[in-house]
Amino acid sequence: MFEKVWDQHVVAAGAEDMPAVLYIDLHLVHEVTSPQAFTLLRERGLKVRRPDRTLATMDHSTPTTPRGLDGLIPVTDVQARAQLDFLIKNCEDFDVPLYALGTENQGIVHVIGPEQGLTQPGMTIVCGDSHTSTHGAFGALAFGIGTSEVGHVLATQTLLQYKPKTMAVRVNGRLSPGVTAKDIILAVIARIGVGGGTGYVFEYMGEAIRALSMEGRMTICNMSIEGGARAGMVAPDETTFEYIKGRPHAPKGEDWDRAVEHWRRLPTDDGATFDNEVILDANTLPPMITYGTNPGMGMQITDRVPDPDKLGDVSAKMALDKALTYMGLQPNESLLGKPVDVVFIGSCTNSRISDLREAAKIMKGRKVAEGLRVMVVPGSQRVKAQAEAEGLDRVFREAGAEWREAGCSMCIAMNGDQLAPGQYAVSTSNRNFEGRQGKGGRTFLASPLTAAATAIHGVVTDPRTVVGERELA
Amino acid sequence: MEPIRSVTGRLAPLPMNDIDTDQIIPARYLKVTDKHGLGAACFSDWRYAADGSPKPDFVLNMPQYQGAQILIGGHNFGCGSSREHAPWALMGAGFGAVVSTYFADIFRSNSLKNGLLPVIVDEETHKQLISLAQEDPNTQVHIDLEAQTLTLPDGRAVTFPIDGFSKHCLLNGVDQLGYLLSLDDKASAYEGANSARINTHAMMQG
Repeated sequence: MFEKVWDQHVVAAGAEDMPAVLYIDLHLVHEVTSPQAFTLLRERGLKVRRPDRTLATMDHSTPTTPRGLDGLIPVTDVQARAQLDFLIKNCEDFDVPLYALGTENQGIVHVIGPEQGLTQPGMTIVCGDSHTSTHGAFGALAFGIGTSEVGHVLATQTLLQYKPKTMAVRVNGRLSPGVTAKDIILAVIARIGVGGGTGYVFEYMGEAIRALSMEGRMTICNMSIEGGARAGMVAPDETTFEYIKGRPHAPKGEDWDRAVEHWRRLPTDDGATFDNEVILDANTLPPMITYGTNPGMGMQITDRVPDPDKLGDVSAKMALDKALTYMGLQPNESLLGKPVDVVFIGSCTNSRISDLREAAKIMKGRKVAEGLRVMVVPGSQRVKAQAEAEGLDRVFREAGAEWREAGCSMCIAMNGDQLAPGQYAVSTSNRNFEGRQGKGGRTFLASPLTAAATAIHGVVTDPRTVVGERELA
Repeated sequence: MEPIRSVTGRLAPLPMNDIDTDQIIPARYLKVTDKHGLGAACFSDWRYAADGSPKPDFVLNMPQYQGAQILIGGHNFGCGSSREHAPWALMGAGFGAVVSTYFADIFRSNSLKNGLLPVIVDEETHKQLISLAQEDPNTQVHIDLEAQTLTLPDGRAVTFPIDGFSKHCLLNGVDQLGYLLSLDDKASAYEGANSARINTHAMMQG
């Protein structure tokens, strides 16, 4: 499948010492990684080649605090305000459509692309953000790029790329109740490590992947980069078509039929080979959680924190020692029952409607543990509106959680939402790096179910112990 | 961009594995609209205490490593976020090259576009360089881009890989955008043969 999408987008073929030139179907832009690229265009007197294939939004540096009486979301950070204003000016000057802060379609860049039906199978999609891999859930080739490359794509709609290798990530069997897509990808990364996928594009396959909703597949593809792979893909199927159909930018009428016919030809042919393969069994997979300072430092929620002294490799031992010191954890400690200060439900990994529904399922009729801060941050204004139409906001508010405006929020801690030094959080986001959620903050990555279960008890909690299997199924 | 032929300088050892771009430049410094002035924030959380004072035990604060031009990181250097602010910050902090056994894909690509050389060496050379830098902070190495070699103080030269296109651009001080712009006809031909399935402007009008 990767090869097919790649081949369909070659503008100029590559060679051993020469990257291929790929055509880019959709370029998503946000305020943080684009300013210097627009400046480059101005300096060189260039236009945006295809503003009609470009879409900008505001998500990273935007506050998620309540709207003022004027209905607007106040931006009090002067630097963030200047960055947002510069994006507004750039979009006006270069004719790029913009979903501005607080408007009905605004949201996290990797939530809005699929939501609008802009993300479609077989496309090439880039954005100056490493979690662009999310869009691969549709069978698109989607990856994060740097700001120089943002400039390249703005100016030429093309990108220089050496062809990556391919790795099959096969997830057999079926997930048990209480276990989610997030647990699959945390288990994959725990297995291969944060550098294991470097140089590869992943293709996720197998019964457990097929059984997932599009939103679950997005969660998995989203974190491909945490395993080192720039992109991850899932072959499109009826689930994919069903999700896209009827969305604002989905093809209509005869165009739809033609598109689906094209999409059906994208999946990897039988007998195709991969450069590498990882196999995981979903049947025996429990909820996962991270204990360290990168997403590869993950374990089954019922396991104990590993002991550095049991590691043979000196640098691995050093890394684990450093991580446990930062996290304030002891070797062989169980995380279950560990008190936390904050629960964060949001981010481009887990802020879609199904994530919020899962969290609400656990929090409904229950109360957030005393002294705990619980933030629920929808991925987009549309997700927010839908959740409110379903009454999920009331579930969260009545439980004692904060219901916020859409954005990256505490996943990136550059917008006012952040941990204080030393605080512990169970977070549904994608990175537990040192300081990622605030300088000195300590992150346990987990699923929305685990986060919600933790919210109720105030300590790290296995979601399977909170409610019966029927509620979780 | 200035042409780059070589980097000669002292080494700063930071041999942790999986150093992510959030450490190289924390997100709160990304609210800028230009590329300059990020050097002071490079490795900010490892470099400064809560009161803003430099931590004396961090390598970039040690007097013997001031002015080092080559950073030696552990395996998988530059993983995580795609922020190009990471190479901008490293260059702002005075580095012209980073040495590791391997680099994260996006960081490597970003570095090559800015003239920060990502130099990949074998494990043994990597260990040797770390020991040299730790034992004698005055150790100098020479990185020759044309020859693709890193020369150790004992005269041993190890080769490192770099793709021919990036090498050409760096040696000649040309940026990669010029090449893409020169392929305008091919891009137009591609657009002629492959009609667009989406139009992001459409929703603006309706």
